[in-house]
Amino acid sequence: MSISVKHISKSFKKVQALQDISLAVGQGELFGLIGPDGAGKTTLFRILTTLLLADRGSASVAGFDVINQYKEIRNSVGYMPGKFSLYHDLTVEENLVFFATIFGTTLEENYALIKEIYVQIEPFKNRRAGKLSGGMKQKLALCCALIHKPKVLFLDEPTTGVDPVSRKEFWEMLKRLQQKGITIMVSTPYMDEAALCDRVGLIQNGRILEIDTPQAIVKHFPATIYNVYAHNMYRLIQVLKTFPTNHSVFPFGAFVHYTDRSPEFNPKELHAYLITAGLRDVTIEKTEPTIEDTFMELAR
Amino acid sequence: MEQPTVITVDQLTKKFGAFTAVNAISFDVKKGEIFGFLGANGAGKTTAIKMLIGISKPTAGKANVAGFDVTTQAEDIKKNIGYMSQKFALYDDLTVKENSAFFGGIYGLSRAKIKEKSNELIRELGLQKVENQLVGALPLGWKQKISFSVALLHNPKVVFLDEPTGGVDPITRRQFWEMIYKAADAGTTIFVTTHYMDEAEYCDRVSIMVNGKIEALDTPQNLKADFKAENMNDVFLKLARG
Repeated sequence: MSISVKHISKSFKKVQALQDISLAVGQGELFGLIGPDGAGKTTLFRILTTLLLADRGSASVAGFDVINQYKEIRNSVGYMPGKFSLYHDLTVEENLVFFATIFGTTLEENYALIKEIYVQIEPFKNRRAGKLSGGMKQKLALCCALIHKPKVLFLDEPTTGVDPVSRKEFWEMLKRLQQKGITIMVSTPYMDEAALCDRVGLIQNGRILEIDTPQAIVKHFPATIYNVYAHNMYRLIQVLKTFPTNHSVFPFGAFVHYTDRSPEFNPKELHAYLITAGLRDVTIEKTEPTIEDTFMELAR
Repeated sequence: MEQPTVITVDQLTKKFGAFTAVNAISFDVKKGEIFGFLGANGAGKTTAIKMLIGISKPTAGKANVAGFDVTTQAEDIKKNIGYMSQKFALYDDLTVKENSAFFGGIYGLSRAKIKEKSNELIRELGLQKVENQLVGALPLGWKQKISFSVALLHNPKVVFLDEPTGGVDPITRRQFWEMIYKAADAGTTIFVTTHYMDEAEYCDRVSIMVNGKIEALDTPQNLKADFKAENMNDVFLKLARG
């Protein structure tokens, strides 16, 4: 196992940030930690990168214990925190050289690993990091986290606040890094990114809700989901919530995802109910659950 | 019944030296409409919004927001709009009530009105238990909901929401959108940016900005048909990648 977490708990004063977390990530796996702000993702990352001590439980990374062998871990992992850790007053090249030097290596030694990403920011190598755009900072931070050829890469919310195009490019970069044998643990609040991971852990309020492949997670969804449409979304949501046997009502893109708790549920009755309430253009069709549906069901 | 126009933008342009951040954009937004303002990072969205809320002067072109001209009546605009962004929302060191009183005061509401509005806000969001807690201690999703309510305290005609739901959990994100629907239903115009493409589908109309220009503007339904895309994410990827 590349990352092993056993019964980790951590509290800050009154807040229980992590509650009995256990998970295992295999060599070369791309593992996603999916959950909203405040779920405990960063706390877990900081424990695994030896920056924070857990209250209870044990963990190892790249075969090293997070407490007894913290120095070995620091040499074997790359960590890209959510807030940028670059030196804004240093240039692109100076940042890279700085991180390489700290890890006792050189830019040239592991250039092959970062080349593909670095060429995109190389035209700006004399620019100060503080003057880069968000996308370029992100690429530089990734290069800095890779410069010592880590066995395990920790990326804490690398795509938060990033537009869909840049997010897609970033995930393509991660896939190629994975092919080079690096184990990657990445966190994100974007549920749609879960599908791009080998396995994901859904996390909320310091607890793991479920760990599995994205395909298996959606298969476990316990109910039938209906895509409901009507001419007025706001009215539709209000009316669906008054249907006596409703279980969940969540807007999803152009539709509302509706589940019912009655085993005898008949979409035709719901259709008639919506029409009586004055809604027009009503359609009700079965649809497949997504990771986000599952997350909300588990988080309820 | 045709709704009146609340935002009119005509050839609005902003240049920084030789760089054109916003390049002659034009559009109208109606009363009670939910208008999605999308674009990649660096496409010029923030610069455009800054002009519309009266804190940045256009280099060329015109815009009228809530009945006021952005160039000559910027101060009136600030009084008549609401604004919330992820970066600046509330004062963490003030309680829910204090934040509400502070922003109500800034917008010139009377003491009685502030009290009435604060109580209404706390009741509607179910915050009775935490009304005297510092905002900094509350979960992000709550903060965002309070922040939106605070932006509506003075009954603005238009409210600008700059990535209001980033990082918020999926259930709270949907509750937030229900608040948006409710405000729009009551006649408030909503101008919103987001990186969640499912949220783009919740808008009445969506514009997509690429390199300073508006490259597409229509209902989500029409955009999907025009670009032969299954969802707004595909529309976005097709447009922004060129």
